[in-house]
Amino acid sequence: MNSLVSNHSSQPAGAAVDTSALQLPAVCPLLSRAGWVTFLVALIVVCAVAPVLNLWVPEGSVFHLSDYGVGLLGRIMCYAICALAMDLIWGFTGILSLGHGLFFALGGYVMGMYLMRQIGTDGNYKSNLPDFMVFLDWKELPWHWSLSHSFAATLFLIVAVPGLIAFVFGYFAFRSRIKGVYFSIITQAMTFAAMLLFFRNETGFGGNNGFTDFKRIAGIAIATPSMRMTLFVMTGITLLGFFLMARWLVRSKFGRVLQAVRDAETRVMFSGYNPLGYKLTIWTLSAMMCGVAGALYVPQVGIINPGEMSPANSIEIAIWAAVGGRATLIGPVLGAFIVSGAKSWLTVAYPEFWLYFLGALFIGVTLYLPDGVVGLVKRVWRSKATKAGDKA
Amino acid sequence: MHITKLLTIAALFIATNAHSLTAQEVKAIAVGDTDARVEALAKAMPTADDKTGAFLQALSDDAVKLSGDTVLIRQGDKALDPVTGAELPMPETLDDVINNNRMRGEIDSALAALKLFSKDDAVRRAAVKQLQSDADESKLPLIEKALATEQNTLIKEELSLVRAAALLGSADKGKRMGAAQLLASSGQANVKTMLLARLDQETEPDVKAAVGKALREVESRLAWGDRLGAMFSGVSLGSILLLVALGLAITYGLMGVINMAHGELMMIGAYATYVVQGVFQKYLPGAFDWYLLAAVPVAFMASALMGVLLERTVLRFLYGRPLETLLATWGISLMLMQLVRTVFGAQNVGVENPSWMSGGVQVMGNLSLPYNRLIIIGFALFVLGAVAWMIGKTRLGLFVRGVTQNRPIASCMGVNTARIDTYAFALGSGIAGLAGCALSQVGNVGPDLGQGYIVDAFMVVVLGGVGQLAGTVYAALGLGILNKFLEGWVGAVLAKIAVLVFIIIFIQKRPQGIFAMKGRSAEA
Repeated sequence: MNSLVSNHSSQPAGAAVDTSALQLPAVCPLLSRAGWVTFLVALIVVCAVAPVLNLWVPEGSVFHLSDYGVGLLGRIMCYAICALAMDLIWGFTGILSLGHGLFFALGGYVMGMYLMRQIGTDGNYKSNLPDFMVFLDWKELPWHWSLSHSFAATLFLIVAVPGLIAFVFGYFAFRSRIKGVYFSIITQAMTFAAMLLFFRNETGFGGNNGFTDFKRIAGIAIATPSMRMTLFVMTGITLLGFFLMARWLVRSKFGRVLQAVRDAETRVMFSGYNPLGYKLTIWTLSAMMCGVAGALYVPQVGIINPGEMSPANSIEIAIWAAVGGRATLIGPVLGAFIVSGAKSWLTVAYPEFWLYFLGALFIGVTLYLPDGVVGLVKRVWRSKATKAGDKA
Repeated sequence: MHITKLLTIAALFIATNAHSLTAQEVKAIAVGDTDARVEALAKAMPTADDKTGAFLQALSDDAVKLSGDTVLIRQGDKALDPVTGAELPMPETLDDVINNNRMRGEIDSALAALKLFSKDDAVRRAAVKQLQSDADESKLPLIEKALATEQNTLIKEELSLVRAAALLGSADKGKRMGAAQLLASSGQANVKTMLLARLDQETEPDVKAAVGKALREVESRLAWGDRLGAMFSGVSLGSILLLVALGLAITYGLMGVINMAHGELMMIGAYATYVVQGVFQKYLPGAFDWYLLAAVPVAFMASALMGVLLERTVLRFLYGRPLETLLATWGISLMLMQLVRTVFGAQNVGVENPSWMSGGVQVMGNLSLPYNRLIIIGFALFVLGAVAWMIGKTRLGLFVRGVTQNRPIASCMGVNTARIDTYAFALGSGIAGLAGCALSQVGNVGPDLGQGYIVDAFMVVVLGGVGQLAGTVYAALGLGILNKFLEGWVGAVLAKIAVLVFIIIFIQKRPQGIFAMKGRSAEA
């Protein structure tokens, strides 16, 4: 990731503007005072309050955070990372990807392979190979499993695999200036093709059952409350870290060019910039973030299968960003919490109405809330402020 | 005329065999140990006639009984003499004739052989088909006899192949050679199996060479059949893709609306067909075969009305914002799917083919073209023609083209652009309904019907070039044929993946599709 960014600033096109006499708008601080306070509160909630409420407050208490709640919140925080990644590419660069579910699933699969190897000989067949390979009568691991025993390699591959695939795909797509709906549709074709591929047994990813039945991670049993809490805290810290990184990115010069590409790509080109590098960097970075989210997601839910790559999942990521508010960073995170929270409640309470609700959400947000919930809140505040001003 | 002729021949045939079923034969076939009975049956076969057939049928139905030494056929509460057919006094006690499996097999195959003389063409053809699989030398005299009397040239041809197949197992080397040469002209898969089996057993070198040569010829003919078959299924898939994509070519290509609910509009068309079927079943069972004709306009209208509703309430506000349209229509598709689940249930519903759509044309031994596929190809062409006419020749089409090319100028010329949008979207949706009606005849009708096609439909439109009907046609047929050929080579799923990858790469090379719209816009 680092090399990509530095690769960018060394491009002559990027350097040209600095010498001009135009005054750039003043750079705002990374977070406002209130922003930092909120950030710290969120950090404390994730790292201290949630663990205490879950592990030390007795189960009968009102303040007890149930294991179900921990699982749900952990999952939603993974979704929020995806929404944040989607916001960088869609909200700030104007490229709608309908294939982010693929990167999420790839990160998940890399993690899943490691977790499968961690099962060791405790599987149903007591073999060194994962159960599904024994079932398929395979004698040794296929080549793409060769690094799966190592935790360090897995951590590297979690970002490298989605990053590499996104880089190659994006390079060809952006180079031939595919944009708008065309890009959206071919990313959808990409994740659809990958889903079909992963459904096959001979690909070596467990076919339609995928990976499940994980036992331990880095030698530690996975199904314990403390492990669940550890994963939860790691997810929360990752989300907050990514948030800060995204914030730093969009207010840098690089981020400004991205927003210019979103608003008038042709003009950016005519001004002497080559959008390819900018788009490619943010696209690859966004894919890596999704990969990390997937890798955090899999040990928490305990399963990964090709269904995660279905086009519907990718579109759902887009709706999280849209509901929360594109081109604001807090919006997509909120959107992921609102939509996924509603989903986990509605699919249990009123299973028939969930799809109506989701469909109406898609329509309502695009028609009435182009800036999402955050835009709505801002509008309400502003009208209140003007009213107060009128009275005075 | 034809039938009377056949009848005369049948009569002649029976007359020339004055010695037909005899009492001795009947007894030998019905009584004794299985070996002897099989032998007696084989002996009786060359002189078999209608009575033999009736007797064997009775034997197969367990209606042949024994009363002491007399063999008789029991029919209800009557007892008939198998030879004369005269009614006999019903004896006090009847013993069953026990047929073991071997005997039953022999009786069935003998019955099949006798069906060769049926007066019904279809029965004879079926009998020939059945004989093909178990032809051996013992049935040769019967086959020869049938061949001599057969009038229908098609059946005659098949029969001579069966004869050759029977001769292939002959002990006479010359006959085997002749049979191999005859069989070389066949194009049937089971002839190939037969020749392969013979090739394994054959010891005579020249016969072996002849069989090998015949095998090669049959194989090459089969390969042609396979190729043509793949071509046909490719065209068939292409015609379905065309139907699916045509509506999208209008809504997306001409109007720029990314309609992710297109698949669900097809689903509505399919369910409309299902409803029409139900109405016909209930109120017009006599005209059930023609329900599909009524379903076509109903499916069109149902989807078109839904299209109007969507356009007026949602899409109208989103013109010029393609990505937002994409999300909104995705939401619509979710709601429509859930609506259908609520109304019709989550299970697939059954839509039957009308009787005139079942069956097919047998073109080659291993190539038959099902009627429903042929009809869908014709239907796709018809819809294509209608759309091309509508866009190219009518006033509405002129307006649609005008609005597509330059909305403000069209508006200045007095075109009510908002209304044209509604009409065009309704037309595109209606065509989706027609596609759904066609799909209901070849696949499952369920709430997920549209989901399976939406990616394909977009691929076709994008590949063909946006705003082009001709491009859509080429892309649909090209993708259909490519997909089916790859399928024969690497299997269905890998073929699909390969096609998707091909499209992704193709779009990189030609982002505007096969046929690019010419223009000067910098935002190409």
